[in-house]
Formats: sequence, C-alpha cells, structure tokens
Amino acid sequence: MAVVDSSRQVIQSQSPWREVARAFRQSWAGVCGLAILILVILFTCTGPFFYPVDPFEIVWAPLTPPGTFIQAPLGTDFLGRDILAGLVHSGPATLVVGLLAGIITVTISLLVGTVAGYYDGVIGKILMRVTEFFQVLPALVFAMVLITLFTPTFYNVALIIGIVSWPTMACLTRAEVLRVRKLEYVIAARSIGAGNRWIIWRVILPNALAPLIVAATLTIGFAILFESGLSFLGLGDPNVLSWGQMIGAGREYMFDGWWVVTLPGGMIFLTVLGFSLVGDGLNSAFNPKRRER
Amino acid sequence: MVNQLWSVVEAPLELSIKAPFNSSRFCQCAVLSYNLKLRNKQSAPYNLGPMPPPDEVYTKYHGAVENRHKVGDPTMIMTLLMLTRRLLHAFLLILAVLVLNFLLIHLVPGDLAEIIAGKTGGATEKIMTGIKKTDGLDEPVYVQLGLYLKKASQGDLGQSVFYNVPVLELVSGRAGPTILLVATALLFAIFMGTMLGVLASHNSNGILSGLVTVVSAIGYSVPVFWAGIMLIVLFAWVYPLFPISDMYDITKSGGFFGRAVDILYHLVLPALTLGFVYLAQYARLTRASMLEVLGSDYIRTARGKGASDIRIYRHHALRNAVLPVVTMTGIQFGSIISAAVLVETVFRWPGLGTLALESILVRDYPTVFGVLFFTSLLVISAKLITELVNWLVDPRVRTGG
Repeated sequence: MAVVDSSRQVIQSQSPWREVARAFRQSWAGVCGLAILILVILFTCTGPFFYPVDPFEIVWAPLTPPGTFIQAPLGTDFLGRDILAGLVHSGPATLVVGLLAGIITVTISLLVGTVAGYYDGVIGKILMRVTEFFQVLPALVFAMVLITLFTPTFYNVALIIGIVSWPTMACLTRAEVLRVRKLEYVIAARSIGAGNRWIIWRVILPNALAPLIVAATLTIGFAILFESGLSFLGLGDPNVLSWGQMIGAGREYMFDGWWVVTLPGGMIFLTVLGFSLVGDGLNSAFNPKRRER
Repeated sequence: MVNQLWSVVEAPLELSIKAPFNSSRFCQCAVLSYNLKLRNKQSAPYNLGPMPPPDEVYTKYHGAVENRHKVGDPTMIMTLLMLTRRLLHAFLLILAVLVLNFLLIHLVPGDLAEIIAGKTGGATEKIMTGIKKTDGLDEPVYVQLGLYLKKASQGDLGQSVFYNVPVLELVSGRAGPTILLVATALLFAIFMGTMLGVLASHNSNGILSGLVTVVSAIGYSVPVFWAGIMLIVLFAWVYPLFPISDMYDITKSGGFFGRAVDILYHLVLPALTLGFVYLAQYARLTRASMLEVLGSDYIRTARGKGASDIRIYRHHALRNAVLPVVTMTGIQFGSIISAAVLVETVFRWPGLGTLALESILVRDYPTVFGVLFFTSLLVISAKLITELVNWLVDPRVRTGG
C-alpha cells in the first residue's frame, strides 16, 4: 500500500512488524542474544552429525582435563565419558523441555489472564484468587512434590513446570487486558455489534501482544533454568541426558575436575542469557519510549 | 517582552510555574518565588488563603482531635479493618494449602494406610486397622478432610516415616536455618541492590549504569546452583577463605558467641550466592524506578526550590523508588524459597530444602507435604509483611487511590 502525501512523493508505508524488526536490529542486547541463541541451537542441532561420539561410551581415563587428549577435546568426566559428546547430546533435550514447558506456561497464563481481565466480575475475581493461591506455593517445592507423585517422564516434567510457573505471566496478561479493554477502540468495536469472542481475539489480544511476547521469551528461559534445577536435584527424567543432570552427577567430583560441572552450567547460562537478551531487545523494540533512548 | 511577562503573570498558577522551566535555575527560582508572593497577595481565584492548621483539617474530616489514635477513631478503624481483612485473606490461603495437601496425599500411589504404616512390612493386620480407624480411612472423603483439618489445626501434620518423629517437630527444626539464609540474602540483596541502583541512576549513561545492566543480565540468566558451585570451586581452590558446606563446625567448641560467629562464617557463601541473583534484579528495578521518579514533576519542583542533590535523593526520590522493590520482594518470595532450596542442596545447608530432597529420595511423603505446607506458610507471611510495609510507607495504598 502506498500513500501519496501533499508534495506528491510516494511514501512507502511501514508495517509495524517491519518497524519492530528494524528497532530490534538496532538494539545491542537483542542482536547479541539472537546471535548466542543461533549459535547454541546450531551447536545442539548439528553437533551430533559433526561429532558422532556416544555420550555414554567410556573413551579415555576418568577426569582427563580439557586439551590434553585430542580425541576428547573438552576432557572426560568421572567415568571417562566424553564431555563434549555429553554437551552436544544433552542440548536438544534441555531446549525441547524448556520450549515445551514455556509453551504450556504461556498457554495457561494467556487463557487465565485474558478471561480474568476481560470478564472482570465474579469470574475474574475467582480466577485471581486461584492465581494467588498458585503464587503462594513455592514453585520448585511444588514441582518436587508433583514429580514424586507422578513418574518423571520427559513430557511430565514439561507439564509440571508449566503447571507450577504460570501465575506470574497470568497476572501480567490480566493487567494488559484490563488496560486495553478500557481503550476507545474496544468501545467502538462493541458499538458496531462485535461479540465478546471477536473482541478478545481480534481487538484486545493483538493490542496487548507486545509485552506478552517479551514475557513469553523470558518464560522460555525461565523454564530452561527450572528444568536444569530439577535435573540437578536428580528429579528429572533419568533416561534423558540434560545439562542440569550432568552438573548434578559431576557435583561430587568438582574438586577433582572443575570442567565436569563448569562446562554444562556454562551452556545453560549461555542459552538462558540468549533468551533474556532477546527479550530485552524485543522490549526496547516494541516500546517506542525506550526506542528513542 | 512586556507582553510575555504579562502572560506569565496572568496564567494560572501551575502553568506559570511550568512554563519557564527551560530557562536557567536562577530564573526558575525567581519566577517561582514571584508566583508564591502572588498567591498570597492577589485576590481570587489564586489566593487560597493561609493553610489551615493540621488539627482543624483532621477535625473537619475525621472527628474530634482528642480521639485521634484511640479506639473508635475513623483512621484507626480503617487500620483495624484492613488488618483483619488481610489476616482473613492469609488464613483462607493457609486453609487452601491444607486442602491441596490433603488432595495430594490421596494422589500418592498405593494404599494410604500402608504409606502411613511406612511400608515396613512389619505392620500386622491389627496395626493396619488401627491406622484406618484413627485416620478415618474407611469414611467418606469429606469426613477425612474434616479430620485432616482438625488434626492440622492442633499442629499434627502426621508422623515422619523415615525419621520417626512428628513432622511438625522435624519441619520447624529445619525452618530456622532456611529463614536465616533467606533473610540474610534478602537483606544483602535489597541493601546493595538499591544502593547500586541509586548510584547508577545518577548518570544514566555512566560506567555504573552499564555495570548494573551487565550484572542484571547475568543475574537473570545464571542457574543459581551453578553459581554456588562456581563459588565453591573458586573459594576451595583459589582462595580457601570460607567454609563451603554445612552450617557449623562440630569440631569447634565455644560459647554462644563463638557458635554464632561460626554459623555466620558458614553463612557467607550460601547467602552471597542467593543474594547475588536478587541483588542484580533489585539494582535494575531500583535504577529504572529512580530514573522515572527523578524525571517527575515534584522532583523538578524540588530542584527549582534549590534543594541539593543529596536532599532530593534522600527526601523525595529514594522513598518512592524503594517501594517497587518491596512489592517485588513480596511477589517473588516463592521463587526466592525455590532458589534457596537449590542453594541449600549445593552447600549442604540443613534447611527445609535439603529436608525436602532427603525425604523425597526415601519416599517419606508426610515430611514432603509438611515441607510444602511450611514453605507456603513462609510465603504467605512474607506477603502479609510486605503488604503491611507498603501500607505503612505509601499513603496512596492507605487512601486506596
């Protein structure tokens, strides 16, 4: 679509998404975060093809320091298994559980937050009480209890993280929906006879989207942290390798070999840092006030 | 020029104070003082008259001054009403947690009587029926719930299967270290975080601001248990300064004082680990809210009156900038407890977190549920405290506007 202004010059109208993308490219944090994320994903996805070593196979003497044995460049753990192979092979599990748990969290909180914000009467009050109740339970302790009750399979862990950590974002969603609901274009939409569902899907959610996308990005990072915490405690799926599990298993040997615990933790840190930096960049890209700075 | 001057004089009070603010500070002060003179001298509508004394204001809105701060005083009644509402709220939350606990117990795989008997295999038929009778396991669910709540109100949360002591005794014995750890870490985080945030807000493009940004990015994304392990590696290998596990040294003897010093000595690393994560968040939050407050109108007015930087920070800005931190602490307290569980595991700190993990590993369900209940209780009380602090510090919360 082109708009002709008074001086008869053709001005290309900008889609808001393109503008956001431009602002995102200008934010230092966002670009760095995206670069880190792409590197981590490339490392975990293509790693198994370039480095086809079995992470469970004992390749050399236990606790070989990094750089001393050419076939295990990052050293070996307390059983003599290759650390680099472990890092490569446990990446996908950690990322997928984090992503899955993040999606579940976002879904629950969008559902609860939107309904509680839009139907601000009795339903909203009841939902807020429920949210408050879930906020009172310490997330990790509650997750530990749930995991002891249900078997900790891959999907159960993701589901449990989702069930435990939705309240924060639900509160944010509700606040956003409450804010947007009072704006004039919602009243206008209602005056032309739009139904509740149409208003929620077509008017309110698109306009409340910006902070929610930022929060969703941060939620995925948080879910990865949560999953690694659970695996560190030994409560994750025992059949799936993950970075947190590598730390938990190598913890007893941290004085004999710092690399056994440092490297997987560094991977978790890098991944979550990537997500939080991307969230930061998106935040400044969506927010015109911060964009000017 | 003359016309401009008159427009300043004729404009309403607020406008005329705002208008010349782009000029130098001297000019601002001059116009402000001139306007204030105007306000006292000139006739309507700008002459508001002298300020009535506070007592008269009080009488006008609330009643006799003699009854202030006594029972029956309207503000006092509001306070009491608010207090009872909050307490009732907290009570309902506790009740809800208990009901959840009850429901979760019924989700435990296997026979409930067998779990209570501890799966020892030594329990005879007679013992089993006894357990079923005392816990009402043959009754309908709502009767069992009533029985459970009645027992809980008497402080009976069941018997630990593994340690063979009442759960309440076990849990309350382990709560002290957790509270000590969390309180120390939070005090450290809030104090250092607000200080760093305030210092960084002084120059929004300075070195300190950059430092706050970097540190908060790290604090948001570092796994807290990994940070603890890194500290251990650093302090055990490079600088063996602080003890890296447990709460006290059993080989050391000494009086109360020596023991306290020993515990504090052991507290340094866990509290530092837990505090660092939240320090980063609070520093960032304080910096953001300080920048917002410092740009507001009343700070500009204070500057216009010629208040010094220190006075502005101490009397006007800081109080408003700290409020979000207090609110945040209340909201986040659950996640602080969660992080404390991980830190306790890393440093073998004998608190609720290690108890939870130990009892999960041996399938000691009554203790697990006891820990869940007790940590929720901690969160509820922290929430109550932050609400009260907010209510005391912030007059806007008090008036409800």
